[in-house]
Amino acid sequence: MPDLNPISLWQRLLAAPNDSRGKTLTMAFLVSFVAAVAVSSAAVLLGPRLDANRDAERRARLEALIADTPGLAEILPGAGIDSLEVLTVDLRDASLAAALDPEQMSELSADDDIAGIGTRPDLHQIFMARDGRDLALVILPVYGQGYAATIRGYLALGPDLNTVVGLAITDQSETPGLGATIQTPGWLALWPGTRLMDEAGDIRVAVVRGGASTDYEVDAITGATRSSNGVQNMIRFWVGPLGFGPVLDALRNGDLP
Amino acid sequence: MKAALKPLLDPLLRDNPVTVQILGICSALAVTTSMSTALTMSLALTAVLVASNAVISAIRRHIPAQIRLILQITIIAAMVIVADLILQAYAFAISQRLSIFVSLIVTNCIVLGRAEAYAMSNPVGPSILDALGNGAGYSAILLVIAFVRELLGFGTLFGITIFPTVANGGWYHPFGFMLLAPSAFMLLGLLVWAIRAWRAEQAEPTATPVDREGVLT
Repeated sequence: MPDLNPISLWQRLLAAPNDSRGKTLTMAFLVSFVAAVAVSSAAVLLGPRLDANRDAERRARLEALIADTPGLAEILPGAGIDSLEVLTVDLRDASLAAALDPEQMSELSADDDIAGIGTRPDLHQIFMARDGRDLALVILPVYGQGYAATIRGYLALGPDLNTVVGLAITDQSETPGLGATIQTPGWLALWPGTRLMDEAGDIRVAVVRGGASTDYEVDAITGATRSSNGVQNMIRFWVGPLGFGPVLDALRNGDLP
Repeated sequence: MKAALKPLLDPLLRDNPVTVQILGICSALAVTTSMSTALTMSLALTAVLVASNAVISAIRRHIPAQIRLILQITIIAAMVIVADLILQAYAFAISQRLSIFVSLIVTNCIVLGRAEAYAMSNPVGPSILDALGNGAGYSAILLVIAFVRELLGFGTLFGITIFPTVANGGWYHPFGFMLLAPSAFMLLGLLVWAIRAWRAEQAEPTATPVDREGVLT
């Protein structure tokens, strides 16, 4: 009968020659297992704090985006994002929804998925500011695949819902000094005034190499083509027909309040 | 007593990982624009180094030779991820400024170098001392470079104004070059030169011997 006493098994393992096949496999498994447990426990234990930090960071960036938008401070009743109107919208039919529901997702086909996000949540919160009864500002949350990881941000549109008044990048892990330039004030300052669509309704906004020449173009970052394209595709997707396009149309026509 | 502390004291100057072995240069250049990022990076690297040296030394007799490097990297990588998560949880602002350089500790040659060169063949106690010594040696160089770069580049130390800059109504014109990576290269070069001029035994032979095939020997 084989000896299954764990203590003697352990002693046999320690006594086994290091180069034996059994000990090599056991050591590889044990080290990976302990490492995996350590990393997972750290991630789970620290998870709430990490989420809180990231939320605070996003909020701060959104506040900064609002603070940098000219003329907005005068029309907002209070300060900061609490004075913005929050609308929960359903992207499937451009209607209002009661509350966010992360369970409701739509699969995107590879051709449609220019932002590289795989599945699209159907319900989103957008932020709005009004001057009297007219829209003054709409802020859309946007995200998409960058070079290293997902890029997240907020896109602020003016009253015509076609002119960018500001872009904020809240999360990115691009290469420091190259792709991470997408988060610098200097590059983000190129965005205000950029237009998204032409009169025919085609999405024209683009990040171009070699100098932006039209209202639809923004200079790409030298040496960071994939980060630049990531931002471009993320904006194109989210203002497009599968993103907030129908919602923006509804806002324009007055179908949404 | 002196011999027992050798692993702790040697790496500070005589066998400094940065200025003598020229390891860990990438992060030494990247995170030294301010004292606070350099100090955080130094603490993170030292913590990872101590923990990895201790663990690897503790199980050194049972690490099969063929897979020793991958086991070492697994242990180091797990510790780096944990250190990165702790920083993100408790020092979020600084971890954002350090960006990917904390996770790049895993590729820092000092950590794997100490595991392979010391912890694999020494008991836990001396391995921890060796890790502390190398961590301190790395930290000392980082802090010296960050001191010069932050003082000349921003006129501040740990964010506290030392030289009031012209932009804030003072007299100091910030030396913008100090905020770019090449300045760190030059400062590091000057530091290595100064140390080797003072301690001539650290200097390498002037000509690198090359055999007839052009291979470095």
